[in-house]
Amino acid sequence: MTATKYIGKSIKRVEDKRFITGKANYTDDIVLPGMTYGAFVRSPYANAKVKKVDISKAKAMPGVVAIYTGADVAAVNGVPCGWQVNFKNGATMKEPKHPLLVADRTRHVGDPVAFVIAESRAEAKDAVEAVAVDYEKLSCVTDPAEAVKPGAPLVHDDVPNNICFDWELGNPKSEVDAAMSKASHITTLEFTNQRLVPNAMEPRSYIGSYDPINDKYTLYTSTQNPHLIRLLMCAFVLGLPEHKVRVVGPDVGGGFGSKIYHYTEEALVTWCSNKIGRPIKWTAERTESFLLDAHGRDHRTKAEMGFDKDGKIVALRVKTHANLGAYLSTFASCVPTYLHGTLLQGLYTTPKINVDVTGVFTHTNAVDAYRGAGRPEATYILERLLDLGALEMGKDPAELRQLNFIPPFDGVKQPGYQTQVALQYDSGNYEGVLKKGLEAFNYKDFRKRQKEAAKSGKILGVGISTYIEACGIAPSAVVGSLGARAGLYEVGQVRVQPTGKVSVYTGSHSHGQGHETTFSQLVADRLGIAMEDVEIIHGDSESVAFGMGTYGSRSLAVGGSAIVKSIDKIIEKGKKIAAHKLEASADDIDFADGRFTIKGTSKSLGFGDIALTAYVPHVYPKDLEPGLDFSSFYDPANFTYPFGCHIAEVEIDKETGKVTLTRFVAVDDVGTVINPMIVEGQIHGGVAQGVGQALFEGTIYDDEGNLTNPSFMDYCMPRADDLPMFETGSQVTPCPHNPIGAKGAGEAGCIGSTPAVVNAVIDALWSAGKKVKDIHMPLTPERVWSALQ
Amino acid sequence: MIPSSFTYQKVKSVEEAIAALKDSDSKILAGGHSLIPTMKLRLNSPSKLIDIGGISTLKGIKESGNEIVIGAATTHAEISSSKVIQSKLNLFAQTASAIGDIQVRNRGTIGGSLAHADPAADWPAAVLAADATIAVQGSKGSRKIKASEFFQGLFTTALQEGEVITAVHVPILSGKSVYMKFPQPASRYAIVGCAVVKHADGKISIAFTGVSSNAFRDGAAEKAISGKKIDAGSAEAASKVAAEGVHIMSDHYASEKYRKHLAKVYLKRALLAVA
Repeated sequence: MTATKYIGKSIKRVEDKRFITGKANYTDDIVLPGMTYGAFVRSPYANAKVKKVDISKAKAMPGVVAIYTGADVAAVNGVPCGWQVNFKNGATMKEPKHPLLVADRTRHVGDPVAFVIAESRAEAKDAVEAVAVDYEKLSCVTDPAEAVKPGAPLVHDDVPNNICFDWELGNPKSEVDAAMSKASHITTLEFTNQRLVPNAMEPRSYIGSYDPINDKYTLYTSTQNPHLIRLLMCAFVLGLPEHKVRVVGPDVGGGFGSKIYHYTEEALVTWCSNKIGRPIKWTAERTESFLLDAHGRDHRTKAEMGFDKDGKIVALRVKTHANLGAYLSTFASCVPTYLHGTLLQGLYTTPKINVDVTGVFTHTNAVDAYRGAGRPEATYILERLLDLGALEMGKDPAELRQLNFIPPFDGVKQPGYQTQVALQYDSGNYEGVLKKGLEAFNYKDFRKRQKEAAKSGKILGVGISTYIEACGIAPSAVVGSLGARAGLYEVGQVRVQPTGKVSVYTGSHSHGQGHETTFSQLVADRLGIAMEDVEIIHGDSESVAFGMGTYGSRSLAVGGSAIVKSIDKIIEKGKKIAAHKLEASADDIDFADGRFTIKGTSKSLGFGDIALTAYVPHVYPKDLEPGLDFSSFYDPANFTYPFGCHIAEVEIDKETGKVTLTRFVAVDDVGTVINPMIVEGQIHGGVAQGVGQALFEGTIYDDEGNLTNPSFMDYCMPRADDLPMFETGSQVTPCPHNPIGAKGAGEAGCIGSTPAVVNAVIDALWSAGKKVKDIHMPLTPERVWSALQ
Repeated sequence: MIPSSFTYQKVKSVEEAIAALKDSDSKILAGGHSLIPTMKLRLNSPSKLIDIGGISTLKGIKESGNEIVIGAATTHAEISSSKVIQSKLNLFAQTASAIGDIQVRNRGTIGGSLAHADPAADWPAAVLAADATIAVQGSKGSRKIKASEFFQGLFTTALQEGEVITAVHVPILSGKSVYMKFPQPASRYAIVGCAVVKHADGKISIAFTGVSSNAFRDGAAEKAISGKKIDAGSAEAASKVAAEGVHIMSDHYASEKYRKHLAKVYLKRALLAVA
């Protein structure tokens, strides 16, 4: 057995030295010789005809190098959508072109009309103001439920009723209706899961560079997946040969999903760099980040949960209008469908489930995956319905969950759990996390405290959320059958250097996750070497063979497993080399703690000896290649299914309606944990974002399609002083189908927390005699105060 | 976030600043925490910035007879941490420490805030409640403007073209005083800010910021509470008449109705805090 020196230890993040000392290398830090700077002329109107674009004055401005308009790129393809969803009748979803610059029609505020390239950023900005665009403003629609009504303004003239697709999953609607009609109680919620701005700290930044001597392009991009960007840009947009395009994703300051997608600006700076023969940098201004980084959520939903007289769930029916924005972002179509509908089983044995989703174009920015991506929407539906159902039926929400839980199963001795909505859960112990959560919270005393507090005029509330999510994205064959246009495996190369030091090349991409630490811990333990002897390399298509990047909490479960596959190959080959040197059979060699040992003897060789021998193969097996360097593709057998229990306690100021989150307990089961500190950090960050959705965040579009709160002065992000000290706990139910047992922790906090907080506010209001079913998120003081009146 | 081009002049005296202001389209730069964000968004494009941050006579806090004189270029952080302010003008220490965040308080100045006259800024309520006067200097000489005459509307003050605020004169407050605010959660400007001063003679001064297009003294509420023992009943009675008869602002975070309600709640709380 290999002793675990590192796995399970809270080792400080090795990458933090450069981040904390300000020495990280972000795209905007890169300056290439002869570099120019780009700025966009963007539409001030949500829907307008572009009648004329006059660049003559701007072109004569100081420092201006070139200006491109929609007409110049009319022959270039638009950016593609990576997931095909079909209409119920089998027809393919509507995929209107998403051009790099618009030529004749703008479809959301910020749609780019012209791209100005100048010697400096300031000169580019000045010239932008000198471009004269003649617009004919048209009426617009921003709400997905309004956009499908007859007569609504069309986003694309050839997409009737603005419907991109209609889609359903689960049991036939007639069966669900029949089961629902027998329910003794039906809890119904009609609500909006509001639109959110991801707000990565680092704005998107791209540098396109073309080398005419070697006919070669380089794109530096603030992305979560450089190889995927290269594939999409080369194969679908610019028609460039992939071996002539290098994509580098250097240090990236946060993504939360918004940097998965292939954006028009990436392709445009690459295309223009060839035209002008100089590198071009474009970095989003914060206003552009608010307006144009793909947003998250934005569902209008009606959901009904039917219970029998004991509280057993008998049916679930969900109808959602999902806002996709004006154009389809890379994974826009799969988020409200296959990442949302498939999670509506939750942790419960609900026998009949039907989910119906209409994907709708509106005159707004694109909506795509944002931390949790579909699973928060599903969890919000289920967990709100359960707590509200408990209030309506006079039952305890914890007991109601307990009654409906799928019983524990490990996925090895007991089979996985087949849901009504296409997934098979890998392993789970749902009552375990609930029990731990209730104990940590001291739930049994809460109602007493709530009553006591009420006597002194305080309004307290408790909210529970027990969630499950599907991550470790994803088995390629499964997602392929569901419409994915890419495989979702990962690549991990382990190169043992002659001196026994190890370089690991991973297709995963860290933008805050701490891969350099977690992966080093994994590799060092498996090889029995020191962590300092392991280097993790990622983010450059020229050094990493291939990769699908980081999203969907997949890096350790999928990327880590690919690395483990390569480590296994290293050990297997090492055994052959050791056997030869020790004059034994490879089958008789054990590898543990960094030594190759003949079983039952003390004859052994160290890992360093074997590494050196592999590269200096003087005494070496005749039929074995030199070297110790393996690359592996790992395609997971299934998604992974983390789950957990979040409990929130709130206090409401009854005079102002202000909600104070006084306690937050999170017990999460994310499978095997390599670095508990990093996992806890992920949970903390996720919970803060989930609380942000519940209490603070949300876009506000006006009737003209303007985002009216595009700044940190207007759009409220959660801050440290808005949050209590989180109380975290854990349970470990290993994933049975990957070699690490890890499930994924990146999104869990964000998925579980939002409904817990809203449930707590609703519980508080009921305790004060105000039996409201829903308050529109975010639960601002005024909205809560209004509910109290 | 790139402003239009502008020239920059760092001046050494108020006189030099006044002379420089003669150029059309020039603006005084103090802490820059209101002006620069608008320039970055190109909502404001002055052709020249006159930096008064190097004028030593505009900085500092001193006690002079019955009043405290605060230089216009004194930062919020300097005010909140001043021992003199904490002991003799505690209302100002409270107000300064309620502004923005640490970075804003380290850069932003009291003169800059007053000249900008943001309807939701914190200082206007404090200077009104404390009966401060604002000393200004222009090409025609110096004058003093009562706080009650200074704020004239949305971002509008009694300052005339070419005038620069030099200091704020505030009578020492011997009684209890308080500044309380319900902050806009994102910007932390005041949705409602309420300053209350209890004078030795039993008179109560009440001023609101954030509520209307400019900060104002609430005469009706003052009348309702002055000379009375402050308790739950009298505070409630005063709050009933507060913020009536004025235009009430409305935005994403607070409708007119809610904002008015909050003004009453905050007056009640502020009064009880000085009881």
